Amino acid sequence: MSTPLLSVRDLVIKFPTRHGPLTAVDGVSFDLAAGEVLGVVGESGAGKSLTGSAIIGLLDPPGHIASGEIYLKGERIDNLRPEEMRAIRGRRIGMVFQDPLTSLNPLYTIADQLIETIRTHLRLSEREARKRAIQLLDDVGIPAASRRIDDYPHQFSGGMRQRVVIALALAAGPELVIADEPTTALDVSVQAQIIDVLKEQCTQHGASVILITHDMGVIAETADRVAVMYSGRIAEIGPVREIIQNAKHPYTSGLMGSIPTLAQEEDRLVQIPGSMPRLSDIPPGCPFNPRCDKVFDKCRVHRPSLIPVENREVACWLYEDTEARGAAT
Amino acid sequence: MEAVSNFLASDLFYRFRKSPVAVLAFIVTAVLVLSALFAPLIAPQNPFDPGSLNLMNGFSQPGEPNQFTGETFMLGTDDQGRDVFSTILYGLRISLFVGFSAVMFAMVLGSVLGLIAGYTGGRTDTIIMRIADIQLTFPAILVALLIFGIAKGITPPSYRDEVAIWVLILAIGLSDWVQFARVVRGATLVERNKEYVQAAKLIGRKPMAIMLKHILPNTLGPVLVIATISLALAIIAEATLSFLGVGAPPTQPSLGTLIRIGQGFLFSGEYWILLYPAVTLLALALSVNLLGDWLRDALNPKLK
Amino acid sequence: MTEISAQPETPLIQVDNLSCVFDVSKPWLNRVVEREPKQFLRAVDDVSFEIRKGETLALVGESGSGKSTIAKMLVGLLEPSAGTILFDGQPMIIDSSERMMELRKRFQMIFQSPYASLNPRWKVADVIAEPMVVLGVEKDSAKIQARVDELLELVGLSAADGSKFPHEFSGGQRQRIAIARALSSNPEFIVCDEPTSALDVSVQAQILNLMRDLQDQLGLTYLFISHDLSVVRHMANRIGVLYLGALVEIADSKELFKAPQHPYTRMLLDAVPDLEMTGRQRKEVEGEIPNPINPPSGCTFHPRCPFANERCEREVPGWTQTRFGVAACHGVGEGRIPAAEITR
Repeated sequence: MSTPLLSVRDLVIKFPTRHGPLTAVDGVSFDLAAGEVLGVVGESGAGKSLTGSAIIGLLDPPGHIASGEIYLKGERIDNLRPEEMRAIRGRRIGMVFQDPLTSLNPLYTIADQLIETIRTHLRLSEREARKRAIQLLDDVGIPAASRRIDDYPHQFSGGMRQRVVIALALAAGPELVIADEPTTALDVSVQAQIIDVLKEQCTQHGASVILITHDMGVIAETADRVAVMYSGRIAEIGPVREIIQNAKHPYTSGLMGSIPTLAQEEDRLVQIPGSMPRLSDIPPGCPFNPRCDKVFDKCRVHRPSLIPVENREVACWLYEDTEARGAAT
Repeated sequence: MEAVSNFLASDLFYRFRKSPVAVLAFIVTAVLVLSALFAPLIAPQNPFDPGSLNLMNGFSQPGEPNQFTGETFMLGTDDQGRDVFSTILYGLRISLFVGFSAVMFAMVLGSVLGLIAGYTGGRTDTIIMRIADIQLTFPAILVALLIFGIAKGITPPSYRDEVAIWVLILAIGLSDWVQFARVVRGATLVERNKEYVQAAKLIGRKPMAIMLKHILPNTLGPVLVIATISLALAIIAEATLSFLGVGAPPTQPSLGTLIRIGQGFLFSGEYWILLYPAVTLLALALSVNLLGDWLRDALNPKLK
Repeated sequence: MTEISAQPETPLIQVDNLSCVFDVSKPWLNRVVEREPKQFLRAVDDVSFEIRKGETLALVGESGSGKSTIAKMLVGLLEPSAGTILFDGQPMIIDSSERMMELRKRFQMIFQSPYASLNPRWKVADVIAEPMVVLGVEKDSAKIQARVDELLELVGLSAADGSKFPHEFSGGQRQRIAIARALSSNPEFIVCDEPTSALDVSVQAQILNLMRDLQDQLGLTYLFISHDLSVVRHMANRIGVLYLGALVEIADSKELFKAPQHPYTRMLLDAVPDLEMTGRQRKEVEGEIPNPINPPSGCTFHPRCPFANERCEREVPGWTQTRFGVAACHGVGEGRIPAAEITR
């Protein structure tokens, strides 16, 4: 197998507190192939956004990578100096955040910001950069791009701003785009447009995408593979279609059942009792064991690692035998 | 008991322990407040009881036996033979009493006006806050002088000494309410739009009940910070007024009065009559102020 | 069938021609200097509907649709600019009269944010007891205590939780506390304003199930406000769709999802991300919500509507009877809009 575009190995993120360090992300590993869209889904506090921030080197102190490695095309990036990382951000990894206003400077026009990003990373003249910027805005569906490029961020609506942010993320032709809850702040009708633009543009520019969201529906429509996170660990990772239709991990299946859908007829939603543990009291063994209806003794003591089941991986002792037998049903 | 253990386990107490400046400031403040409280027990003499004074003890050097009576005074004596240490303890009492009372007065007045302005809004808000803005354009000490002057003018001379302390409290309090009003109004504007206030309105609670039971408790954090910093300022304001001769009367001298009296002897060599009260005032104002600064940082979520 | 046919009893809530206009003008001096006229925002524009006893009516809409404004007017937190609200035949007039205080016992509200809706300085038991104490439902302190314990257990918490403060609970647990408070005065009608939009999905499922159980147990009537169509579908008997402050369609819940009539309803349904992945090809959704201060003429949806014609631009549409409800659309009335393809 060729080198994956991005490889995260045993990533551990800790926050020091006066009661000792809290482990917010605990041993996360995954690979991302070129051109692939990986969805990272989980509830608040599951560590999905922190994982994204760690990859782009923007963890908010005092949070820090305590151990583990991150490789971009086989080259280690988690221990780079800040200025080296800055050269990678924007050039090789683009970012789209939840609130478009955090990515756009209100004091500069869209043209200023796009052209600056393009010229920082690519050897282009002012004129060529402007041409590329207009093309990018046109691609993401900004009407009358050549005129609107000289507007300020506040002159755009929320949905339009998020399109601009996508253009900005793709400006230098990155290999990877990390989108952290890109549609959460938007209305339903606009959300659908932005998902379409994000997916289409990244495919066209040949960029892989890590899409971090709490919304399984968005993942279902966009991603090729999905990683389900719980308490800072990956519970299940595999192809989207299979995980949605036939979840293996009890948490994933509970989560899928608890999402109300337009098609379903039943009166009650499946509910998982309790809530995700606080970082300060994650139980030993499998972090999901107190809420799991299939729990047995081993779950309470030993922590499961990802076990290959069919064409996915599941961190659950239920599937231990499957591995031992080598093949599944 | 539970409250105490909760406090000892709280983040606030943790941050306090981790700040040497705060701990030192707290100790100095506590020592000064306690010695003021127990002044009659600690002080070697009551400096305002003429019977306990001996004129022969006048101008004793600190720590040296008096040449006539052989008595020793730790911090020396003044021209009347009063023990400077005792006058400081009693002066501290007046200073702290005036400071505390003035801040309490300013806090109650400012918080009430700020609550009303923030919660009612509209014209009431405009009127209250414009008065506050106008008052802020005058230096606080000028406002206090003005109020003091008016009060002095309307009280009959025979009562002047008796009411002087109360007039001082009123003057300092009135010059200081604005910042309480501003802070409480700001916090009220935030709180009144929160859903718990809506929930209280929905069941028909009266505005007064909502302001006092729901909103006020949620504005107390910043009020506490302002009160601590204000205390230092009020003590200095009191000292300034007394130094100018319009504050505490010589029969009830505060630290400011002592400094005023002491400066008359500075050039004749009796430095101690001025120096020790001044150092005490400095230590008090500085430590209270440092405590206030620390509290402001500790309660500010943005600096965590 | 039975949902739509008129029932003999009076509806619990009857809302007629409700409007709410906000003055969003700049301060007087700015207006004079900049020569700008006063500006008004019609947050709610001539809305009428009724809610029957024991049912759940949902109002769905995106930002600026006026759904929260309607919720606030229904519970007396906001005075309507025009129109009337009848609660069980009695007019809702915001004052502190005996009659109104009596009426206040009968309705309650569950708010969106589980963090802002509980006073952080109050113990949970005091929070829950407040409505029954203030409204005089219960006066004896032992009985109040017993009722608070009972309510805590009813919403899935324990009686011991009453002595804690709100910050000791997770978002889902706080929303349970807010529900217990809403039930404290034994109301018949509860307005739920986006009660789960701040919660995680697995917790949302718990809260939605709890709310349905309580409805069955206590015979409650809900007005459910949400932007999330799949949640609404799960909770409501009937659904009203709001766009820019006006109702565009009201229909029986199941039918609305099977055969949406108004083009805006269709667009909203199309925009919901599809978990089932039936391979449905989404229609491209056009444009964004216009500025409500300066809404389009005629049918406010016409600039985004694929079926709009010159009449839609000019004339505000009235109600057209549909099979399972009503829609405000010229196209539906004229029968020139093709039946929605039922994809699910």
